[in-house]
Formats: sequence, structure tokens, C-alpha cells
Amino acid sequence: MLLASLPFYPLVSFLLLILFAKRLSWRLASAISVGAMALTALVCGLLVFELSNSSSHFINVDLWHWFSLSSQQGMAEVNVSFYLDGLSAVMISVVSGVGFLIHLFAAAYMKGDANFSRFMAYMNLFIVAMLILVLADNLVLLYLGWEGVGLCSFLLIGFWYQEQANVLAARKAFIVTRIGDTSMAIGLFWLFSSFGQLNITAVSELIQGVGGSEIGFSLQESTDIYWIALLLLGGAVGKSAQLPLQTWLPDAMAGPTPVSALIHAATMVTAGVYLIARMHSVFLFAPEVMNYVAWLGAITLLLAGLAALAQTDIKRVLAYSTMSQIGYMMLALGAGAWSAGVFHLMTHAFFKALLFLTAGAVILALHHQQNIFKMGGLLKRLPFESALFVVGLICLMALPGTSGFFSKEAIIAELWLSTTAGPALWWCAIVGALLTSIYSCRLFFLAFLGNERFSEELHIEKASLMRSALLILALLSLFGGLISLDFSEVFFKIKAEELISVNEPLWLHTIAIATPFVGILFSWFYFKNYRVDSNLEDGIKTNLTASKHRFAIFCRNGLGFDSLYDALLIKPYQLLAKLNRRDFIDQAMMSTAWYVGLWHDVMTMIQNGSLRWYLAAFGLAIMALVGVSIL
Amino acid sequence: MTTIPLFHVLVLSSLLFAIGFIGVVARKNTLFILMSLEVMLNAVGVAFIGAGSAWQQADGQVMFILILTLAAAEVAVGLALLIRMQKKYRSLDIDLLNEMRG
Repeated sequence: MLLASLPFYPLVSFLLLILFAKRLSWRLASAISVGAMALTALVCGLLVFELSNSSSHFINVDLWHWFSLSSQQGMAEVNVSFYLDGLSAVMISVVSGVGFLIHLFAAAYMKGDANFSRFMAYMNLFIVAMLILVLADNLVLLYLGWEGVGLCSFLLIGFWYQEQANVLAARKAFIVTRIGDTSMAIGLFWLFSSFGQLNITAVSELIQGVGGSEIGFSLQESTDIYWIALLLLGGAVGKSAQLPLQTWLPDAMAGPTPVSALIHAATMVTAGVYLIARMHSVFLFAPEVMNYVAWLGAITLLLAGLAALAQTDIKRVLAYSTMSQIGYMMLALGAGAWSAGVFHLMTHAFFKALLFLTAGAVILALHHQQNIFKMGGLLKRLPFESALFVVGLICLMALPGTSGFFSKEAIIAELWLSTTAGPALWWCAIVGALLTSIYSCRLFFLAFLGNERFSEELHIEKASLMRSALLILALLSLFGGLISLDFSEVFFKIKAEELISVNEPLWLHTIAIATPFVGILFSWFYFKNYRVDSNLEDGIKTNLTASKHRFAIFCRNGLGFDSLYDALLIKPYQLLAKLNRRDFIDQAMMSTAWYVGLWHDVMTMIQNGSLRWYLAAFGLAIMALVGVSIL
Repeated sequence: MTTIPLFHVLVLSSLLFAIGFIGVVARKNTLFILMSLEVMLNAVGVAFIGAGSAWQQADGQVMFILILTLAAAEVAVGLALLIRMQKKYRSLDIDLLNEMRG
């Protein structure tokens, strides 16, 4: 029953905060929300401990019966019940652990905001939805959580709803992810109509049972599986900001920084990865789709890396970096390296949350300045934040020994020999790692080295809440790679494949390890003017500006996807709306009203109250009648 | 004595009726409307008398006396209304009485 209570702590906190809203003081509101998260994290720890010590590889709890669906294959029960296995244990640990730390940070970060308790309430609601998403034992409940996190993302991006940019970003995020969600819903309908099941374990067992046996699938069934996998991938692509639905993520950075850390880096955007890992048995029997997943991940990671190279806003650099790292996870999933993908999800949650929160602390110190070309020289001024940012960056670059290293190497190691990936994708991953290290160095040099390009006094926040949260995240980022995840019970292998005789070349690992260093070396010389404090050398204050080269601007604007969609979808739609401004169906309806209105006017005119008119009409009518009868 | 043909009587009656009707419709003064109404009633009376004498029946004259009585009663009520109207509106313009317009 411990499992059942997990989402209820943040739910209770959400209800309290939303009911009492501004009547709560900052101290009380943050105590309630952060306390609820602490409780969740504690219970989560207990649950993971219980799971690792129990003999079975899952814990299941039925809360209540929701509804039943009937199909040709019989009745399918849809219950509100939670299912905890190795995969969801990793997810709830990330959600409640990192979520707790981010709540802790957010309580200090948002202290002055007038709507503080509304903010914390939304954050808590998000945790509820995310826990439901990862704990759901059937796809309908999962979809509930899926939509719930989408809603909270919308609410939190648009938290400062009085600024137009935020509202537009929130709307964009909502609409773009809705495209993916629709695709996922169709996938679920298809899954139900062809297999008659919505329970995740039942679906997996059914598919593994048929696919693993000698008979295999009929042609119809394999086509069904292909389409189901493709449609589920569509949902994952929307949520995880992969090509071609990635455009919402950079704009989503308009929201408060803790939101970017929690939703748009650590948890919600990885829900797509979780979905694919959870439904891996469907994907295993659709190898073409796995190949698409791998290529999609690879292209996203390269393009996002390229876009990150040209950004000027610190949070947008991190947003593109998140897209690129999720590209790695997708690549891993596509290659069948399920556990490596989920492992990277976990370590990425640690270091990307750390990076975002540290960036948030820096932004706060600089009075909400987010342009890295207006920072510089922060290493001396903010040594604590800088040190933590460096920790986050070396994890992101996957330097040996950090958590990012373990997970990224695990992914890269499996690519070369995978049947659904291969050497081409391996090279993509290597180039991606190179790009990662280059944009990380560029970010670090611009923001923390070089000359100071800001004039105001720094607003230095020494809140111990913030600092302790950052410190724990830094420790997790550094040593999180040592956590060993055992997914042998979770992920199903088709069959023990005969050992492939071709061995991978020896230089593979050397290259993979050396790549980040090559990137650092390259940037050390290439970005020399960003790095060197020119004030010390010649005493002249130089101002750096972002490159005005056309290609740089193209990359900065997200590689033209926004303008492409604008031209392809938004403009024609607006044109259509403009053309049909006076809706023609509406016109047909309105003509009836016009007709009635006309007769109303005529009738009113006749009833003029003038006796002589009545008499005249009377006389004329009689004359007409007599005339007619004579004729 | 030559008898007047019925057709002539009816033509006279219709002309009188039409004149009376035009008077009712065209006049604004309520007093003149009442008088035009009298003309119309008498036009009908002429038609009855003419018809009675053409067929040598007393019914026509009976009807005329009836109409005469009716006209007297109508004028009594109508004049009473006119006095009220003059008191209330200080005018006899029939177009002032249009409070029932839609």
C-alpha cells in the first residue's frame, strides 16, 4: 500500500495550496509543497529498497476499478492500479528525487513572486501526473498522466501570463505536443482493436508469446504492430521534442527556470523515452520502426547540437542540449540498447537539472539577464555557481569518470553491432559528442571566462536551500554513474542471438573516449576571444557580439523549422480562416434570421396605430376581393 | 310618374358610399370622419330604399329606419368620444390616437 500512496502526497499538497492560495505565507506554502515532495522522495526510496529486496521483480497494487471495455477478444478491464518494476523504479526515483531537489531550489528561487503558492501547486500537480504516468499499469491510465504532464507544462510555461511571449510559448508547446498525443491516442485505439488489451504487462506477454513462438505473427498482425509502433513513436516524438515536433522546446524556456529544469529537462521530456522503453515488446517486433527511432534520434541530436552552437540565450543553449541528449536516448532505444537509454535518461536528469538550476542562479544574480554575450568573467564573481556549472558541463560532455560518461559510452558501445543501428549511426553519435563538447565549451567560455560585459552589481543570493539542492545534484551528477541498474527482468530479448563472429574494431572505444577532449581542444583555440580576458591584456574593453553570419543566424533560429512550419501550416491556415471570415455555413444560418427579421420589420410597419391606414387597407382589400369575385 | 330604374339608384348609392369612404380615409379631423361615416350609412340607406321600391316590398324601408336609429346612437357615442378627445388632446386629429402602433 506504500506504492498506492505515492502520488497522493503531492496531490494533497496541490489541493491545499490551490485552496488557500494567497492566504498562505511563503514559509507555510514552501513547507507544505517541499515537505510533500520530501515525503514522496522518502517513500520512493523505501519502495525501491523493498523492490530490490523482494523475490518478485515487481510490486503491483490495485486501487479501484475504473471501467471495462469490450472487444471481439472479450472484456478488457481498465483499473486504476500501479505497477512498479525496475524501469518505473528508476523513473519514480528520478521524478521524486530530482523533483524534490528542484522544489527545494524553486522555493528559494520564486520567493518574491506574488503567485508563489500557485506556482508550487502546479509543480506538485505536475509530480502527481508524472508519477501516474510512470506507475500506470495500463495504457489508459498512462495516457491520463501523459495529458496531465502536458497540462502542467502548459500552465507552468505560461506561469507569468501577463507577458505575451510566455503565453505564446505555452500555447505553442500545448498545440505541438497535442499533435503527438493525438497520434499516440490513435496508436492506443489500434492496439486495443487488434489485440484487445490495454494492460501493459498483458500486451507485452501477448506479443512476446506470439512473436517468440515458432508460429510468429500473421501478416495482418505484423502490419498492425508496425503501425502501432509508428503511432506510439509519434506520441514520444511530440513529448520528447524530437524531430519533427521539436520546435516547442526552445520557446518553452520562457517559463521560470525551475520549470525548465523539472519539466523540460529532467522529467516530462523524457516521458517519450519511457513510453518506448515501456512498450519495447511492441517495438522489438517492428524492427523498421526501431530503425526509424534510431535515425530520428541521430538526426535530432546532430541538428540540436548545431543549433545549440549558435544560441545567445543561456537557457536556449541548454534546451537544445536537452533535445540533443534525448536524441541520444532515442538512438539507444532504436538500437535496442534499452537499459543504456534509460541509464542515460537518469544521469541526464541529474546533470541537466543541475545545469538548469545553476543557470537559474546565475540569471538571478545578473538580474534576469539571459544573454551569454552580456555575461563573462563570472568564474571569479560567482565561484560556487561556476564550479557547479563546470561539474554539469563535464557530465554533459561525458568526460571519463562522470555519470554522463558511463551512460553515453554505454549507448555508443552498443551502436556499432546493433542490427537496427550500425556504424553510420555510431559515427552520428560521435559527431554529436564532438558538437556537445564544443557548445559546452563555448557556453562556459562566454558566460564564465573572458571580460565582464555587464555593468550592474551582482545580486548574490546565499540561500542555503538553493545551495544545498545544487550541491546534492552535483554529487549525483558526478557519482550517479556508479548506480548500477538491473533491467534483466524488464527488457525482453527476442532470442539469444548467435554470437556475431565479426568483432568490433579496437579503435572504437578509444575514439569514443577521445572525442570530447578533441572538442575541448578545438574550442580552446577556436573560441580564444571568448575565453581570454581582453581587459587585462590591452586595457580596452571589447564587446563581444554573436556572429552575424547567415548560417549562424539560421542555426540560431532553430534551423528554419519554425519558418518552415509557419509557411507550410500556419500561413495557409490563417489564409483559410481569413477567407472564410464570414463563415459560409454561418451565413446560411444567418439568412434565416435575416428573413425573420425582415418580416418583423414589415409587420411592425403595418401596425402603425393609425386608424386611417387601417381603414384604407380594409377598403382596398374589399375592393380586391370584390374585383376577384367579379372576374 | 316615371319610375327611376334600380340601376341608377345603385350608382348613386355607390358614389355616395365611395365619397363617404374617401372622406373617412382622407380626413384628419375626427368630426369630419364621423360626418363621412354618416354619408356612408345614408348611401346604404338609399340603396335599401331603392331596392324596396323596385320590388314593392316594405323591408327596404324597415331596414332604413333601423339604419337611422343606429346612426343616431352611433353619433351620440361618437360625439361623446370627441368631447373626451378634445379635453385630453386639445385637438381632434385622429392621427394622434396611434398608441397601439407596433
